[in-house]
Amino acid sequence: MSAVLEGHTTDHHHGPAKGLWRWVLTTNHKDIGTLYLWFSFAMFLFGGTMAFVIRAELFQPGMQIVDPNFFNQMTTMHGLVMVFGAVMPAFVGLANWMVPMMVGAPDMAMPRMNNWSFWILPFAFAMLSSTLFMEGGGPNFGWTFYAPLSTTYAPPSTVLFILSVHMMGISSIMGAINIIATVLNLRAPGMTLMKMPLFVWTWLITAFLLIAVMPVLAGVVTMMLMDISFGTSFFSAAGGGDPVLFQHVFWFFGHPEVYIMILPAFGVVSAIIPAFARKPLFGYTSMVYATASIAFLSFIVWAHHMFTVGMPITGELYFMYATMLIAVPTGVKVFNWITTMFKGALTFETPMLFAVAFVILFTIGGFSGLMLAIAPADFQYHDTYFVVAHFHYVLVPGAIFGIMAGVYYWLPKWTGYMYDETMGKVHFWLSFIGMNLAFFPMHFTGLAGMPRRIPDYALQFANFNMISSVGAFLFGFTQLLFLFIVIKCIMGGKKASAKPWEGAEGLEWMLPSPAPYHTFTTPPDVK
Amino acid sequence: MAMDSSVKKTTLKLVLLTLTMFGFGFAMVPLYDVFCEVTGINGKTNNTPYQYQTEKVTIDKSRTVTIQFVTNNNDKMGWDFYPKTTELKVHPGQLESVVFFAHNPSEQAMVAQAIPSITPFDAADYLHKTECFCFNQQRLTSGEKVDMPMRFVIDQALPKHIKKLTLSYTLFDVTPSHSN
Repeated sequence: MSAVLEGHTTDHHHGPAKGLWRWVLTTNHKDIGTLYLWFSFAMFLFGGTMAFVIRAELFQPGMQIVDPNFFNQMTTMHGLVMVFGAVMPAFVGLANWMVPMMVGAPDMAMPRMNNWSFWILPFAFAMLSSTLFMEGGGPNFGWTFYAPLSTTYAPPSTVLFILSVHMMGISSIMGAINIIATVLNLRAPGMTLMKMPLFVWTWLITAFLLIAVMPVLAGVVTMMLMDISFGTSFFSAAGGGDPVLFQHVFWFFGHPEVYIMILPAFGVVSAIIPAFARKPLFGYTSMVYATASIAFLSFIVWAHHMFTVGMPITGELYFMYATMLIAVPTGVKVFNWITTMFKGALTFETPMLFAVAFVILFTIGGFSGLMLAIAPADFQYHDTYFVVAHFHYVLVPGAIFGIMAGVYYWLPKWTGYMYDETMGKVHFWLSFIGMNLAFFPMHFTGLAGMPRRIPDYALQFANFNMISSVGAFLFGFTQLLFLFIVIKCIMGGKKASAKPWEGAEGLEWMLPSPAPYHTFTTPPDVK
Repeated sequence: MAMDSSVKKTTLKLVLLTLTMFGFGFAMVPLYDVFCEVTGINGKTNNTPYQYQTEKVTIDKSRTVTIQFVTNNNDKMGWDFYPKTTELKVHPGQLESVVFFAHNPSEQAMVAQAIPSITPFDAADYLHKTECFCFNQQRLTSGEKVDMPMRFVIDQALPKHIKKLTLSYTLFDVTPSHSN
């Protein structure tokens, strides 16, 4: 324990302020990280509640609980809230907590902007959620908000939806600028780029993706706003525009966006697997290059989301092959993780369970992605539950399991206490079973032709849908256990040592647990 | 904590990148149009009359191409709108003329815009219209009927594998935007 830097808390550093104002005014990266994580969890439950409405309606064929328009609002809001409210803020929260500690910086580069980028999020989501109670209802056009559904045929509340997307975009861009500025300028002496933990690397690349595509999203919603309110015709054929243009611009944002939601999870898993395999990460350099390649490729494959719009055959072939190319760097990563585990002294504490499940289940999602990339086959899969199964496999056991793995891994560092290992394992196994029950049958219903975003379906899909619903409810309720475990861990428990995981590496483990309010005010020595 | 100059520099660059990408989003609008025009994909035809020069054109009697005409009404557009000829066999290079009929059965004057589309899309570059009602908006008073001519020539360079092509018009109601 000699490596622990305990002697650096000097008297001129103040601790956190008292009371609620601490959280409103804070510029401390750890406080803001905590805010992001709690906000994200609240949104996770909110989006999950909407998934419950969807799964309850789909429990049996026929129209049971909600009317179709409300059902459409649920699918739309579930997607928007989970993407922009749960997954993205959770990763920003992890980055806020961990990036400064991992690179040996005292805080983020711009602490005040950091405060602001968090605090506009609750307002954005309050505005977005309020549309559900307005006349005409909230957004009902799917989270991809294709024009003209989101322009000509949209409910009046769409303007508020557009404004809230703008706010989320501003928040993400500010967060991304902050992370890049921190990583590029505030690294401790000796912390060269190629010594950075992979979580920092994946976040650096993610931040560049955010800066490149969130403004394009802002652009596309601005065009929608102009079409709705100012009589322009960006997406209206009657005025010389083109609805297909919407899809091109949207997916130019949308495809990098899906990597924004997964790359930081790659980073988390790349920290956890070596720690519990007690071996250094296999192929560090190739991991960095693979991440960068995935980020680059994400910009040139967008039209594989729109194979059925009537593209020329050359376009279909190009986007098909370019998409398949992504399997190469992704495969590099998966094999590196497996090789890291190979002949390691493995133990399976909760973070490792989530990380191993991540590798297996994300790969399943990757394979169904490859199937979808085959343009002629996609004509059958397009807009079916097969697509739903695919992106839930990469997002739930991908992004969400990555976040949960990271939370369990770093909770001792954050709280100073160990979480309840038995309950953590129960949480994992119930999530694992629930999630597979919910989403695996969707592959079959999708291949059999069940379209997505419908409140009712043909009778032959009844059994699989019932299984999906049961799995979804199991997965959803299990997350209350997660909430309980986290709160229990904050309240107390077994004291955590500075480095509770035997094989863990990185500057964050040189700090005591819980990490002091101010860390690395004098830069650490990096070997 | 005062921001040190390297952080300021990085931030400035990133803000510029953000603004550039916002601009790029809008730049995609003309870029896609240019791309579609250059490659002739998307079935978009020229929106300006083709200059037909008799002395340059030789009619390729050895080939016959079938052209079909299809009309659709967009959304709640209430006009009767159909081609008087639904199918024509033509030789490339030969100037042809067809008539489309439109009738406004509503109580008030309306303005319509027809948007053409061609399949297969790689034929789009080879259908030249010398005259088309789709070049302009059409205004019809209540109950008015009109025969609208469309004159076209199929280019002799039309790829050999294309033996049949479909010209589709979708009629949009553009009355409200026209009135302000």
